[in-house]
Amino acid sequence: MSEFPDDLKYTATHEWVRVEEDGSVTIGISDHAQELLGDIVFIELPEEGAVISARDEMSVVESVKAASDIYAPISGEVIAVNEDLTDAPETMNSSPYSDGWLCRILPSNPSELEELLDADTYAGMCE
Amino acid sequence: MGQQTALYAKHLEAGAKIVDFGGWDMPIQYQSLIQEHTAVREQAGVFDVSHMTIVDIDGPDAETWLQFLLANDVARLKATGHALYTGMLNETGGVIDDLIVYRMASGFRMVVNCATREKDLAWMQSQQAGFTVTLTERPELAILAIQGPQAIRIVLEIVSRRFSAKDSALVDGLKNFSGVKLSTWFVARTGYTGENGVEIMLPNEEAPAVWDLLLAAGVKPIGLGARDTLRLEAGLNLYGHDMDETVSPLSANMGWTIAWEPEQRDFIGRKALDEQRKAPGELPVLAGLVMEERGVLREGLRVECTLSDGSKQDGVITSGTFSPTLKHAIALARIPAESQQCAVDIRGRLVPVRLVKPGFVRQGKKVFV
Repeated sequence: MSEFPDDLKYTATHEWVRVEEDGSVTIGISDHAQELLGDIVFIELPEEGAVISARDEMSVVESVKAASDIYAPISGEVIAVNEDLTDAPETMNSSPYSDGWLCRILPSNPSELEELLDADTYAGMCE
Repeated sequence: MGQQTALYAKHLEAGAKIVDFGGWDMPIQYQSLIQEHTAVREQAGVFDVSHMTIVDIDGPDAETWLQFLLANDVARLKATGHALYTGMLNETGGVIDDLIVYRMASGFRMVVNCATREKDLAWMQSQQAGFTVTLTERPELAILAIQGPQAIRIVLEIVSRRFSAKDSALVDGLKNFSGVKLSTWFVARTGYTGENGVEIMLPNEEAPAVWDLLLAAGVKPIGLGARDTLRLEAGLNLYGHDMDETVSPLSANMGWTIAWEPEQRDFIGRKALDEQRKAPGELPVLAGLVMEERGVLREGLRVECTLSDGSKQDGVITSGTFSPTLKHAIALARIPAESQQCAVDIRGRLVPVRLVKPGFVRQGKKVFV
């Protein structure tokens, strides 16, 4: 069964968001999403320094089965990307909520966070 | 809920993710497609392919009818148990289905695709006028494909215990594309992975126990996901993707399955193929594509082909994947016969790809240069 940690926010397009102490947010794809995709073989990382708007296509994840866009859950600047995924994209499968994170964003409009889904609501959508 | 094979409970037991496949509830994968793929390339895996349709053909005209029905010639099957791969074509030379046909002690046995079962049977029934043949479906049989470098060794042990050492020796002596009947089983050296292995047809009620024996011997259960990446690495066609009723076998890398001799054998589609043959170069071909940079080639992507005169023409990817063995993308694509160079349109970006013969991996090793 997929996991839906309570301390994260989610989008209907299967990204998760964790608000860090410094106000930045870490982003990844949900356990449910990685399960649907199956073995992930390539990840097109967003560019560090890129300024993105919520719901922009920010990255592409390719599994053996399918290619899937990742959408920005929130507007802001990309301040870090998980370079380890370039050589070990399968980390997104094995550890979607920790080592498999995608990038960190400094939100330009933190109120957008309120539009995100809580774990129960998102889990309900995945049933 | 769809139809279920005799092994459905075993799939659930092994943790399978089940999907609908041509009306059947089939395992797409158990844990990881890549791990399953690698197990077949390096050790051994078992596939439940009981959803495929077995049809026995008997009657005094069985052989002459099949010589008319199929593009390959069953007269080439010289001994009981021998098998060949063939297309079943329509009058315009399009592929209705691809299948394997075995010569049995009496009559023949065909194994056709599950998604095409109804139209295949309807076609076969419509082509029987003037022939005395009977068609018998065999839904009471399960089919297990055991494939990989360790597959035959493990099957021999099981056959030896289930039957006898003598029967095990019979299976051991089988050449590629031949099979042997052992009591209620039919064991053949065929498969869809590019590895050594066998396919066993056996009564449904015996299948779960054999499945358990295989797993206990270290054989991994393999889902349809890895079945597809394995066959594509081996350069083997998938019906409905790499060819269909609108595609000539000459455009699907199936030219070798057409028995042109004897010339007087009139099989369905022959006239159309004879015409096509007179104009080589006009028909597109099925080629292999290799892309070593990051990304995955997918079915349906446009292939921009540069011909020898410098002009450009489009082709299309008919099957594409990330190759777990080679760690880069591979594909089959239908492209103009005169193509010199190709690039694939990936999300608007033209990525150059290498053109190779269809066939990428055999017995665990890369086969193209």
